Amino acid sequence: MRKPNQPNRRTVLAGASAMIATPALLHVTRASAQSAKFKVGFVTPSTGPLAGFAEADQFILDGVRAAFSGMQNNGKVVEVEIIVKDSQSSSNRAAEVASELIEQDGVNMLVASATPDTTNPVADQAELNEIPCVTTNAPWQPYFFGRNGNPAEGFDWTYHFFWGLEDVIGNFLNMWNSSGVAKKVGGLFPNDADGNAWGDAKLGLPPALAGAGFDLTDSGRFQMLNNDFSAQISAFKEAQCEIVTGVMIPPDFATFWSQAAQQGFNPKVVTIGKALLFPSVIGSLGNRGDSLTTEVWWSPNHPFSSSLTGQSSKDIASAYETATSKPWTQPIGFNHALFEVVADVVKRSADLGDPAAIIDAIAKTDMKTIVGPVDWKGGNPTNPVKNVKRTPLVGGQWNVKDGKPDLVIVNNDTYPDIPKGGDLKLLG
Amino acid sequence: MEWVNAIIQGILIGGLYALFAAGLSLIFGVMRLVNIAHGDFIVAAAYLAYVVVAATGLHPLVSLVIIVPLSAVAGYALQAGILNRTIGDDLLPPLLVTFGLSVILQNGMLELFTADSRKLDAGLLDIQNFNLLPGVNIGYMPLLMFVAAIIVIAGLQYIFYRTSLGRAFRAVSDDGEIAQIMGLDNRKIFAAAMALSFGVIAIAGVFLAVRANFDPFVGPSRLIFGFEAVIIGGLGNLWGTLVGGIILGVAQAIGAQIDPGWQLLAGHIAFLLVLAIKPRGLFPRIDG
Repeated sequence: MRKPNQPNRRTVLAGASAMIATPALLHVTRASAQSAKFKVGFVTPSTGPLAGFAEADQFILDGVRAAFSGMQNNGKVVEVEIIVKDSQSSSNRAAEVASELIEQDGVNMLVASATPDTTNPVADQAELNEIPCVTTNAPWQPYFFGRNGNPAEGFDWTYHFFWGLEDVIGNFLNMWNSSGVAKKVGGLFPNDADGNAWGDAKLGLPPALAGAGFDLTDSGRFQMLNNDFSAQISAFKEAQCEIVTGVMIPPDFATFWSQAAQQGFNPKVVTIGKALLFPSVIGSLGNRGDSLTTEVWWSPNHPFSSSLTGQSSKDIASAYETATSKPWTQPIGFNHALFEVVADVVKRSADLGDPAAIIDAIAKTDMKTIVGPVDWKGGNPTNPVKNVKRTPLVGGQWNVKDGKPDLVIVNNDTYPDIPKGGDLKLLG
Repeated sequence: MEWVNAIIQGILIGGLYALFAAGLSLIFGVMRLVNIAHGDFIVAAAYLAYVVVAATGLHPLVSLVIIVPLSAVAGYALQAGILNRTIGDDLLPPLLVTFGLSVILQNGMLELFTADSRKLDAGLLDIQNFNLLPGVNIGYMPLLMFVAAIIVIAGLQYIFYRTSLGRAFRAVSDDGEIAQIMGLDNRKIFAAAMALSFGVIAIAGVFLAVRANFDPFVGPSRLIFGFEAVIIGGLGNLWGTLVGGIILGVAQAIGAQIDPGWQLLAGHIAFLLVLAIKPRGLFPRIDG
């Protein structure tokens, strides 16, 4: 016996779900209604082990925010708001803050920088939520294949510019060929995303080295923050390696490099990715930091200038050094270029309130930034897949004078427009 | 000869593990406190050394004269001010407090010193070596580190078993309540033990800074093997910690010689084997 007016289970459920769903509806309406203001979410590792990459963020953002004022879209002034979130150098945290930026802050576009640990989770969130996203500062293979990208299809909402493994390999080989030392190479590849990609028997350094006539001694993947490289050192000594290469984190390289000296192993050329990026690391090695070689993504001598502020590479680097009294670092150029792309997209987009119009503007980007040309038009080797643009990469060597490290470009075969600063010197 | 080299280098690394772990072993022995922040304190000592060396221009090893006392005072203050409040029947509160300290230290150091990677330059000592056997070169620095580990442990052992302070340590460790009835102030004894532990931390910190790069976050990962060394050797047994360190170092070196991927695994397997055969470690202390 049920009273007809009493709500039954079904009506309660229906009503409840409608009530729960309403805020989502309101949320969507509110988000799509905004247009005078353009919100950009920026995810960056301000703290944690990757904080070195984000060291210059404040400086870059100050310059960029000033340049953004009074920017126009379709004849109307747009107020661009940049919301910065710290990834704490963790990929989980990066995904979390990216979704916060989307859900709570209602950003129109996401940007992220510094290593696949930051770029990949942010891009994944953007792809999932259909928010336009541009990232940089991570080699494109870990970015693209690390997210299970299919080269035939690519991604719909996420774009990336940086160099790739092929650029590193090309530059390393060019430097070694110009050095004239024996073609015997010792490889140090840790058991992480980078180490496995670089040491990959099909796509990494081994086949490229074999093709160029180099003998590679690779004793296997080691765990990061290794305390002992004796096994590798004795294998390299046994094989009479004159070149050492690899991709390492700074503490691992420092351990290896001290132990190499302590165990009487003295290679003539040492070219390492990642570990030798920052001047502070080279400075910490003292005289042992002199003549080490590495890849150069950006330097004050790159013949590019900012489309946003008009500053040349040299201008930006010296402005940073004056403002912070710290030496310039390579991520500065790329983090600045990230906002050059944002500005360019804001100016060109047909409708800033419509994500589809924004992604259309991103796809049609064709501009010159402080790190070189950026476009995703396709049809040439610098767009290996739809969503990726490869930027120029050259080879450099650290010169330590009076304890002050200076990065000199010693090989520009891959991009002759970037001037050489000197010739490769051998170690020891 | 490769294998001989691997084993000799492994023994030297074992000294490093023991040096990192000695302070940990000491305070566990005295007050059953597992200091999760031990590694971070080592890094903090490394930064202290960095500041002292930058300010005075001293050689890193000479700077120990300043850093060891400073660090010991900090240890005393830490125990007297914070950790003594957490010591009781329950093991959990001190564990949680040191875990919190670890987080605070890491981020505090990041604020103060940025994420830049640092290293102390020991000059020629850092890179010179001598030829022991054909194909076996020994660096002076690793050898010095090994000798330092032995001296530190011998020193702690002496204090523990030959001095009145050591007698007090053993007394509060054996039975805190009776020790108090006999007129010992447990809090002061604990603080003294922590000061001693921090003196060792300072030595470990300087060697860490000379040996490889350090940054605010490197502490915990450098310490894992320290924990294992303490457990292999038997909790609270100082010479056991050295033996534990050497067993780990040699196991890892042999693993790495086979394949670098096996380096850590070999160490962990050695650790498991010891636990399986002697669950309380190789040389457990006689008292319970």
